[in-house]
Order: sequence, then structure tokens, then C-alpha cells
Amino acid sequence: MKRIYIHEEYCIGCRLCEIHCLVHHSESKKIVKAFKEEFPRAMSRLVVEEQGYLSFALQCRHCEEAPCVEACITGAMHRDPETNAILCDQEKCVGCWMCVMVCPFGVIKRDMEIKQVASKCDLCQGEEVPVCVRNCPNEAITFEER
Amino acid sequence: MSLSLYPSEFRIERDPERCIVCQVCVRQCANDCHVYDEDDDCIVSNERNCVGCHRCATLCPTNAITITQNPSDFKTNANWTARVIKDIYKQAESGGVLLTGMGCDRQLPSYFDRMLLNASQVTNPSIDPLREPMELRTHLGSKPERVDFKRTGEGFDLTTELSPQLVIDTPILFSAMSYGSISYNACLALATAAQTVGTFYNTGEGGLHKDFYPYGENTIAQVASGRFGVHAEYLDVAAAIEIKIGQGAKPGIGGHLPGEKVSEEISQTRMIPVGTDAISPAPHHDIYSIEDLRQLIFALKEATGYRKPVSVKIAAVHNVAPIASGIIRAGADIVAIDGLRGGTGAAPTMIRDHVGIPIELAIAAVDRRLREEGIRHRASIIAGGGFRNSADIVKAIALGADAVYIATAALVAMGCHLCQKCYTGKCNWGIATQDPYLTKRLNPNIAQRRLVNLLHGWSLEIKEMLGGMGINAIESLRGNREHLRGVGMTQNELDILGIKSAGEAW
Repeated sequence: MKRIYIHEEYCIGCRLCEIHCLVHHSESKKIVKAFKEEFPRAMSRLVVEEQGYLSFALQCRHCEEAPCVEACITGAMHRDPETNAILCDQEKCVGCWMCVMVCPFGVIKRDMEIKQVASKCDLCQGEEVPVCVRNCPNEAITFEER
Repeated sequence: MSLSLYPSEFRIERDPERCIVCQVCVRQCANDCHVYDEDDDCIVSNERNCVGCHRCATLCPTNAITITQNPSDFKTNANWTARVIKDIYKQAESGGVLLTGMGCDRQLPSYFDRMLLNASQVTNPSIDPLREPMELRTHLGSKPERVDFKRTGEGFDLTTELSPQLVIDTPILFSAMSYGSISYNACLALATAAQTVGTFYNTGEGGLHKDFYPYGENTIAQVASGRFGVHAEYLDVAAAIEIKIGQGAKPGIGGHLPGEKVSEEISQTRMIPVGTDAISPAPHHDIYSIEDLRQLIFALKEATGYRKPVSVKIAAVHNVAPIASGIIRAGADIVAIDGLRGGTGAAPTMIRDHVGIPIELAIAAVDRRLREEGIRHRASIIAGGGFRNSADIVKAIALGADAVYIATAALVAMGCHLCQKCYTGKCNWGIATQDPYLTKRLNPNIAQRRLVNLLHGWSLEIKEMLGGMGINAIESLRGNREHLRGVGMTQNELDILGIKSAGEAW
């Protein structure tokens, strides 16, 4: 499957990926509205890790053997049969946070504002290229089949 | 500390309707122009620090930022212009020499803009480069006086021994920019782009990082007055050697890479201790005459077994034609001439803006002098200094250059916004800096792609212009001044350029 790969040597720590991720997962999908008019504000599904001049955007790795899927008590966390992406069915999620506990990358977040559910990268289902990749100004994340 | 009289050069306008306080600008400005105010959840501008590099405006996801010149004017005065007054304020505060980067930005006449190109109509056909072959390949190096052949059973054998030549697929080379003045990623982009396009890049006086040895076939290694990074392997790896005597942006003076920029990698490459200033003296301390230059040219030729052409780079100064003649007689295979508008990473402003002559006049003067002396074939001429587009290149070649050096245009292709603050080491575009926070902003893959695109586009345009003139090889344009006409020039200027006025027929 196509995955997001990280090239940390070119990450400039601008966090545009975070911003565009938030916008994509907002109600309106419009940048100014998402930030200024939608409350609670949508969450970015990725994190930018930074230490000194080293930085990189980290989002769900969509593991082959995903601990979050195994740990999920309701079956909300599942592998999409078509795209192979790990997705969280928000209707089923009860917010027990087991997935947050077991994720080896720390990329599943608690969405406390909206529904008390787990929030994670969905590879922008329906988009040809995830918005974080499309909007990275320095090609520090790429979406490719390897 | 007393009040600075130096006004902000720029205004940072932030549209509150658009600003989403995402802080991309805060994170991207190396000059701390944008500061996040936590109490009011807003971003405030520190305009005094703004250099007008447009990094923030370019990356702002909502286009909320506009950078404009500070409209606040001094009282109008034709002599004491704002620029003059501000320079005096700056020096009154610092007590030092005014420093700047890039090329001369004064409003001097541009002869490129006053020359117009010819095209075929009726009496001779123009050529469509998309349908017919069009040759841009250029050979740089000394050409023989005559060629002798020997008849063999199957055909002919060349008996004349040819001098080593640099073969370029388009008459454009990347000019000298050292590792130190620009970042590792910028050097890598230039090297890989030169390899892709089939041309050369130039190491400048900063030596050659070992990582770039694989691009040696596309490298011109410079030997400058500081002799930084010059060793047997360096000369061996490169395809040609260039002795740098002068630079268009700062004729007659040397160079200075501040110690803060001399990192471990640069120290290895330049062969100097970490953190020490790299000072290139104004003259080569072993060259005080053409005869001395000849010694160095032949020392380098000996060292490389006469397998590589040797170029000598000079700034275009008043006496450029006889100097070029002397350089060729000293044994150089290529003469590189850098004009007044040539760029630099750092130069005293007064030198950059007031010393030297425009490259157009220098090319014409040198080409004519060499023809008069019957030695034009003994060396190729590479012209540099402020080439902005393919038309400038075509005009330079029609004036007599063999090829051109571009550097400012290459940097602009990589992202440079000409803020002229290269000497501060805080290049927000990751080009003229060694700060690890900033250097990674230049992704060499993207930069290489953009450089290749630029050369590709310019080459296509050159072919179009040649085709329009009814010429199918760049060789036929060289020194072909009948294809140039001048507008708005004095007779004397036309004579020096060796061109007719617009309206005059053949």
C-alpha cells in the first residue's frame, strides 16, 4: 500500500502539515473558518516532533500488525479492506483509550472536545494524496509505494 | 544604547481577517520579525528586523501577510536620497564598512535592455527548432591555429594535437559559489543539476567537499588567492581549473568568510581550523604580473598532465581588453569575465556599486581586441555578471562570448528573493547560510529540479531566438553583431559595442 514516508532532513518545522490536517478534518474544510468560526476546533491528526534543529511530521504508520486494532475492545479500530489503512469507526469507539496506550508511535490522540473518541490519521480517505503531503513546502513527507 | 536613526526598511502588514495565528511566520523568520503574544493570542511584528526576504509571506497558508517598502519618506532631495541618508545613519552607528550581498543594484544603464535582436523575414527563412535540428553544444578551450589531416586507407586522421575542451550542451554554466558562502544542499543542487543538464558548476574558492567528487566531470575547481582546499585530488577530480583573479562584485579586493561559518565540514573542505576566518587576500601573493600568472597556469597544467583546460577569471575593469589579451598569451584556455552586476555573498557596498564596468561593454571590447590581435581562437570567453534571462545570453554571445556564467539567476531559481543579506548568514531560504535550522530549508532535490527546469526553458528560448534569426547553431551567432541593434545609445557606446543603431540596415 501507499504510505507516508518521512524525510526528516528536509523538515523545516513550519507545521503547515498540522494546519492543513486540521482544516481537512474540520466541518467546513475552509482554513479561515476552521480556525476562526468552528468551536471546538478540529484536531490535527498528526504531530510534529521537534528537538533542536531536528524535526519531522509523524502520523499513524498504518502498521502491518497494528497493536491498536488488537487492543480495541469494541472493534472500532479496524483495517479498511480496500485501502488497508487503519481507521477508527467513531460510532463504535467508546473512548477507553486502549489504542492510545498501545500505539508504539504515540500518534493516536484523544479527541476530548467532540465525541470522546480516538483521533488518528485516516490517510485522508478519498483524497489522492493526503493533505499533509500535498501541502508540505519542502517535500519532507512523501506518499509512495515502496 | 542610544536610539537608532535607521528606519525600518519594510512594513509587515497582517490582515487580521485572514490571520489564523498558526505561527508559521514565527517559526520561519530567522530575524525574529514575527512574535507570538500568548496573552492576546495574536502575532505582533518586529518590522525593524525585516529584510524583505518574503519567506513568511510565501509560506503563510492564508496569504495574510504583505511585505511592502516602508512608505515613510525623507524630504525629497536629488542629492541626499533616502539610500544615502540611511547609509550614513548606519555607518554613524556602526563605524564600519557598509556590507551587502548580491550584485550592484544601482540604476545604471543596462546595455542588454538597449540592444535588440534580429529575425528573418522573406529574404532568408527562419527555422523552427521543434522541427529541425538546432545545435547549442559548445566547446570551451583553446582552438588550434589550423588543423592538419593525414590521408589513411579509410579516410582521414587528424594530426593536429587538440587542446583539452569542455563540452557543454547549452552555453550556460553555473558560476563560482563556494561551499561556505552557500550551503551544502545548495552546492549539491548545483552539482546534480549541472550533471543532468550536461554543463558545469564551479566550486568557488571553498574547495570541494568529498561528497561531491562523483560530480567531478561537471566541476570546475577554482584556485583563488586564499588557495583554500587546493590539493592534488581536488585538481584531479575536477574537469577544469579556474584561477580566480577577480570578481565582478568586488574587483580588486579579496574575500572573507567569517569564522562562525567555518564548521567542521567546511574546515575539512577548506583545510583550515574550525572557527577561523577564511581570508582570501586581494592579490595572489605569487602573481604580480602576466609572467607570474603564466607560471601558475603552467604549474596547474603540469599538475594535471595537460589534460584539463585552465580558465582565468577576472572582473570587468577599465583595462579589461589588454588584460584578457595578456591572460591568453600567458596560456589560459578560457577567460572568464565577470561584470559590474555580478553577485557576491559579501562585499563592501561602495566597491560593489562603484567599481568595474558593465559586462556588455567588456565582452565587446575583449572580443574586438582579441580579433585584432589574431588570438581570439586561443581561448574561449565565458561572460558573467547579471544575466537575467535567455535574451541577455543571446545578446552576450552575439557580442562575442562563447558561453555565460549564471549564479544570481540560479539562486533565484532555488528560492532566493534577493534580500541582499547573504553576509549575515541568516538566509531564510537555506541558501547562503550554514545554520542547521536554516540549511534544511533547501531540499536539494527540489532545487535541482528547479535549476534543470530553468536551464531547459532558457535553452528552448535560445533555440527559438536562433531559429528566428535563421541560424541553426550557436556557433554561428558568436560575435555575429549584425544580429544586434542599439536603441537609446550614443554613437560612442554603439562603436564600443560594435553594433549599428536600430533602423540601420546591413
